[in-house]
Amino acid sequence: MVTSYPSYTKNMSTGIVIIGAAVVVGLFLISTYNTLVVLRTRIKEALSGIDVQLKRRADLIPNLVETVKGYAKHEKEVFENVTKARSSLMSAGSLSEKAEADNMLTGALKSLFAVAEAYPELKANTNFQDLQRQLEDTEDKVSYSRQFYNSNVLELNTKVQMFPSNLVAMLFAFKEEPFFEASEEERKKVDVKF
Amino acid sequence: MTIYSQISANRQKTYLIFALFIALLTGFFYLIGLYYGDGNGYLVLGLVISTVTTFFSYFYSDKLVLMSVGAVPANKRDHFDLYTATENMAMAAGLPMPKVYVINDPAPNAFATGRDPKHAVVCATTGLLSMMDRGELEGVVAHEVSHIKNFDILVMTITSVLVGTISLVADWILRSLWWGGRRDSSDRDSGRNPLTLILLLLALIIAPLTATLIQLAISRKREYLADASAALLTRRPVALASALEKISGYPRPMRSANTATAHMFISNPLRKHTKGDWFAGLFSTHPPVAERIRILRSL
Repeated sequence: MVTSYPSYTKNMSTGIVIIGAAVVVGLFLISTYNTLVVLRTRIKEALSGIDVQLKRRADLIPNLVETVKGYAKHEKEVFENVTKARSSLMSAGSLSEKAEADNMLTGALKSLFAVAEAYPELKANTNFQDLQRQLEDTEDKVSYSRQFYNSNVLELNTKVQMFPSNLVAMLFAFKEEPFFEASEEERKKVDVKF
Repeated sequence: MTIYSQISANRQKTYLIFALFIALLTGFFYLIGLYYGDGNGYLVLGLVISTVTTFFSYFYSDKLVLMSVGAVPANKRDHFDLYTATENMAMAAGLPMPKVYVINDPAPNAFATGRDPKHAVVCATTGLLSMMDRGELEGVVAHEVSHIKNFDILVMTITSVLVGTISLVADWILRSLWWGGRRDSSDRDSGRNPLTLILLLLALIIAPLTATLIQLAISRKREYLADASAALLTRRPVALASALEKISGYPRPMRSANTATAHMFISNPLRKHTKGDWFAGLFSTHPPVAERIRILRSL
């Protein structure tokens, strides 16, 4: 029996302490790593959720432009702006590009609907009303999916920065993710333009 | 992090309610068994019946609840605002899209049911849809989606079915004792202990009362919590506050709600209590609406 020798007993208790500490550290590593992985996966999912809504939004535009053109032929500049904003949204690659293009599109659409106010027949068109409703809905959906994305990014970034989870993040190369939002200035610029 | 502790707390509560229900119903049957002189036989019977009911309630109580309030499935074309508000709130909360149901009732109200976010239902009355503007509707739906997200729906739905079952069984035994006792009194009186009869009657009165108290205990705090989470989802606490004002200001009770399902709704669907009545407050399934509105407005 090991316990009958005092020196062994001492060694053993140190051993137990070391093993215990290793287990605690190991458990912390595993749980933190898993949380980080879950967050990263959720962020990726949320991002593709935003993309789905942005695409849906872009898909509604040609139909809307056609409908409005039928009543308000002379508002060329407005149509051009909307079409331009749409194509830049379609070709946007990075997150900040997408955010910017989406804000541009929101501004362009705002002026389009403002123009529509001057055409009572257009406003009475059920197709137009339906498109307007669907566009408003996708706009809401973009903002809510963005909110979900951002709240997850916030959680991940906090974990990446804060001690001790930042050690695990560093060890496994977890990086901070960018937020999806245009700055207040950019938003103002878009509004002022029209 | 708190959301995860809420979820595990709700799971534990569900197991506790299951255990309580099985113990209560089995105890019932045992007392009946004692009365009829076959305690063990009835004990086994009670155990089997209550266990089966428990399993059934876990998987089917949402359908049972929807049926009991007469809800029908909604679609995007006819109920555009409700449907899209639910889509948006599920999106903001990061949940799969719940099923959407509508109750044809002029009293404005809403509830959520199901066993987890993958099997969840949001249900609103037609009165709610006609009275609320878009922001208010989103506030109400966000409140329900919060109940889904933290698994309140599991506890609330199961409680309503099990409480309903207990009152049903108690009622049924009471009746059979009343009528059966009279018929048999002349020839087979031997083996029946008047003491067990008294015990049984006592249990029959206490059981539904306990069940109701459980129901009350579980539902009051979580309304405040769901209000707060809803405000976080929509970022517009004032809209939910004004929705609550409209709902509580409606003078008539809901036709399709009853005491077993009342605690599931966003606001008490039964007769409104008068202010300052402490006894009514004791047995109220919901926290005072005025208090909820005050908190929301101060956010």
